[in-house]
Amino acid sequence: MAVQLPIFMDNHSTTPVDPRVVETMVPYFTTMFGNAASRNHVFGWTAEAAVEAARGQIAALIGGEAKEIVLTSGATEADNLAIKGVASFYRKQGNHIVTLETEHKAILDSCKRMQREGYEVTYLKPGKDGLVTPEQVAEAVGPKTLLVSIMLANNEIGVVQDLAAIGAAIKAKNPKTLFHSDAVQGAGKVPIDVHEMKLDLVSLSAHKMYGPKGVGALWVRRKPRVRLDPMIDGGGHERGMRSGTLAVPLIVGFGKACELAAAEMETEALRMRALRDRLYRGITSQLTETYVNGSMERRLPGNLNISFAFVEGESLLMALKDVAVSSGSACTSASLEPSYVLRALGVGDELAHTSIRFGLGRFNTEDEVDYVVDLVVKSVNRLRELSPLWEMHQDGIDIASIQWTPH
Amino acid sequence: MAYSDKVIEHYENPRNVGTFDKGDEEIGTGLVGAPACGDVMRLQIKVKDGVITDAKFKTFGCGSAIASSSLATEMIKGMTLEQAETIKNTQIVEELNLPPVKIHCSVLAEDAIKAAIDDYKKRHAR
Repeated sequence: MAVQLPIFMDNHSTTPVDPRVVETMVPYFTTMFGNAASRNHVFGWTAEAAVEAARGQIAALIGGEAKEIVLTSGATEADNLAIKGVASFYRKQGNHIVTLETEHKAILDSCKRMQREGYEVTYLKPGKDGLVTPEQVAEAVGPKTLLVSIMLANNEIGVVQDLAAIGAAIKAKNPKTLFHSDAVQGAGKVPIDVHEMKLDLVSLSAHKMYGPKGVGALWVRRKPRVRLDPMIDGGGHERGMRSGTLAVPLIVGFGKACELAAAEMETEALRMRALRDRLYRGITSQLTETYVNGSMERRLPGNLNISFAFVEGESLLMALKDVAVSSGSACTSASLEPSYVLRALGVGDELAHTSIRFGLGRFNTEDEVDYVVDLVVKSVNRLRELSPLWEMHQDGIDIASIQWTPH
Repeated sequence: MAYSDKVIEHYENPRNVGTFDKGDEEIGTGLVGAPACGDVMRLQIKVKDGVITDAKFKTFGCGSAIASSSLATEMIKGMTLEQAETIKNTQIVEELNLPPVKIHCSVLAEDAIKAAIDDYKKRHAR
């Protein structure tokens, strides 16, 4: 078994650029370097044609049209533009936004800013499985609701929301309410159809699907036309919604990444699921007191988020030093708070501190999974031998019955 | 975050891991922290004629917490109770090169030493 270290199993944070993507990008750095907005010479035309082709590839991944793609610097910008742009443009029609507690910070922090500007925001609480029901969403939508933003797949626990049912429920309650989804984690991994899901805006990012960092998109429906106030003013690029010279090589790479993801989604999903299940079985067949966070059924094929009771997450990461994964432990975040996503699911802080997120990707192999399983099992066993909580648990002492002194 | 070599060394080869019988006359036990905060330390001392002859620990926590408690057991062995009581968390911070976000680990280790001594003293106050 020959695995090369370190192993990257943190594909929710980012992904390597696929060599096939790099290849398509290269000429646009050197010989075809034109500004896509230059209308009067061949350099500009070549760049523009490449960008238009990429728009088509990006749109095709989600069932939209090339003209509906607004290119941005990434999904954080796309999320900001969707929330703030829509809220600002339609402010005469309402003041209410609905979203989910487990959204990415780009959504949550944008919503908080809108609250400070006088908008009302409802933060829906998902169930223990991480999923929000269409009924829950519909109940929150009222006549003043401008926008609902529900992510496709969660970046920590990988659960996939039922956007088709949610979209139908929103529109049945208030046809004027716009429906946005941060689809960053799900795009290219699970099918998206903006029409079937009744979406009006979709945020995408290239670097989560084997494209380059620094480029993303907001898909904005044209029929019926969705409007928004731009956040960046300038030369009126992107139909006035996002000014700024287009990053042609990155956009070309983004397009290629979408094309590859669409073409290989079905076979790749099967392969990912098999690897993920191998990882899951390998771990859970050898260790007791492990808890999967979020629904196992509605989950990205490459995601496994699991708590190893009585073993603090950061100490486990330290043991897995040749394996890149991440933890919901407070110690790994700047805030010293455990994962807000796990908290929203009702996972107790003591278990949240012990969670590890595995994000499998296109370049992971079976041998790597086997190596990680062995290392995880060995490390958890070692750290449990070091854990007073594990000892108490073994002695039949209920950890919850002890009077702890929070510090 | 990058760990100092000393933290890694203690994490990989923790000293004095284990458990003494809590009921034993010569033993003092300190249990500090909380599972919900992500760290719990249990530090035990064995005392003979006012001198700590042995110490053991178990810790649920990050690598720095494990290293802090491992180091604490090393430091107090051979000390009198009075000497051990004067140990300050800053000594642990210095020895392990702990970054600011990990200072609480050293505080917890200091608390664990004090709690173990208190427990021993309480049991012998009668």
